[in-house]
Amino acid sequence: MAFDDAYHALTDHDDDARWAYGTGFTDPLAGVPGDLPDGVDRAELATYCLMLGDDALILSHRLQQWVTRAPELEDELALANIGLDLLGQARLLLTRAGVSEGWGRDEDDLAMRRDPSGFRNLCLAERADADFAHLVARLFALSTWRLALLDRLTASRDPMLAAIAAKGVKEVTYHRDYAAQWVVRLGDGTPLSHERMLAAVDTLTPQLAELFHSHPTEIGLASVGVAVDPAALEAEFTQVWTHVLQAATLLPPATSLSGGTSRGNFVAAESSPPGGDAVAAEVSGVPAGAEQGSARPWGRAGEHTPALAEILDEMQGVARSVPGGVW
Amino acid sequence: MTGTAAEVVGAVTDPELPMLTLAELGVIREVRQDEGGVLVTITPTYSGCPAMESIRADIRTALRRAGFGRAEVRTVIAPPWTTDWISESGRRKLAEAGIAPPGAAPVRAIGPIPISLSPRPTAVACPRCGHTDTETLAAFGATACRELRRCPACREPFEHMREI
Ligand SMILES: [Zn+2]
Repeated sequence: MAFDDAYHALTDHDDDARWAYGTGFTDPLAGVPGDLPDGVDRAELATYCLMLGDDALILSHRLQQWVTRAPELEDELALANIGLDLLGQARLLLTRAGVSEGWGRDEDDLAMRRDPSGFRNLCLAERADADFAHLVARLFALSTWRLALLDRLTASRDPMLAAIAAKGVKEVTYHRDYAAQWVVRLGDGTPLSHERMLAAVDTLTPQLAELFHSHPTEIGLASVGVAVDPAALEAEFTQVWTHVLQAATLLPPATSLSGGTSRGNFVAAESSPPGGDAVAAEVSGVPAGAEQGSARPWGRAGEHTPALAEILDEMQGVARSVPGGVW
Repeated sequence: MTGTAAEVVGAVTDPELPMLTLAELGVIREVRQDEGGVLVTITPTYSGCPAMESIRADIRTALRRAGFGRAEVRTVIAPPWTTDWISESGRRKLAEAGIAPPGAAPVRAIGPIPISLSPRPTAVACPRCGHTDTETLAAFGATACRELRRCPACREPFEHMREI
């Protein structure tokens, strides 16, 4: 049978027996060697797909860890559903990465058989959350950033990235609303919830510079109309971030958000000490202060906090102990 | 054989919304039949929808039982599925099952996507009593496609299929 277009790369193969691990999502018969946009380096495109896919995969896993620990059943359902949406996006993007690099790796090889240094997710996606306020602050920041990115990516010259983005926009719009509504509910709530929401935002703010720190892969692919340069997202992010924090009666930290026109220069704020790492480091079992004095890890370059190795130990545990296992 | 391949595929029901056929759900893009077999093209509802795996298996099983030979199910993700593709009969069946059907999907305006700091103001009629001024209890329900609402008139909670 003929294959009409590139989207058939995401196809079913007669392999439904493998459901949770090994999904029959890729169709090796479809091949699709010629469907990359002209003038685009395969390896660069694969790396870019890994960046966006790993963000979704790792954040999804962090969200699943909240199931059975959220304050209300409704929020467990919400976090599980958001995590499932992100896992779906990760599967599409990792599949695309595998096709693009052309080494025959599928989504499972990429998710289950890479070391931390092979992961390109933002460090913000891997952080452990000290409490529910930290979770919703982080989810709000990452959803706001991802929605702004996916919205622009719908115009990508890579038809697959454009299609994945168009689908993701619809989903992440709901994720951002959910997280923002919690930020407002806690920030504009009781004195205690306000205090804890403010502490979460203060911890998070110094970590946001990473969102707008462009990697050469992102810049290069953005220049040929395939990717989105994250530096271009800062204005929209700042507008949404400020709007929500004001609605939540949370005074933005003076270092990054004070003063009319300079509001929200997160990259400039990076030069201030990374005071927020202590909480995440404590949660992930590393003594607070262990990262002090060293340069901040850059997730897009494969540099990570110890929290990523902890996630992968759990996420990849079965795949490592039973290589190629199916059920 | 009973019916065309398209009829057989269209009559398969959704595993999570069994009152709906795939045709009513609006996920079938094409059913093509040639001497090599049947090629079915479907659109996933949500990126991570776990029901898609069993939907594909159910389609193949239905075609095999109806006497068709080799069947292949392919997935396309562009254009993305929207609740606007749910048919009128599908909407009626959802309401009869106590699930308020989705309204019109939001139309995308120029500029950044607006954020919503309170539940989106959709007028969702209670599927039990018809009262229109209902409220959101939880934005995410038992599945990604449904939210939980409450009717102040009959005091019953109900599910609403969210617009996407
Ligand atoms: Zn009612």
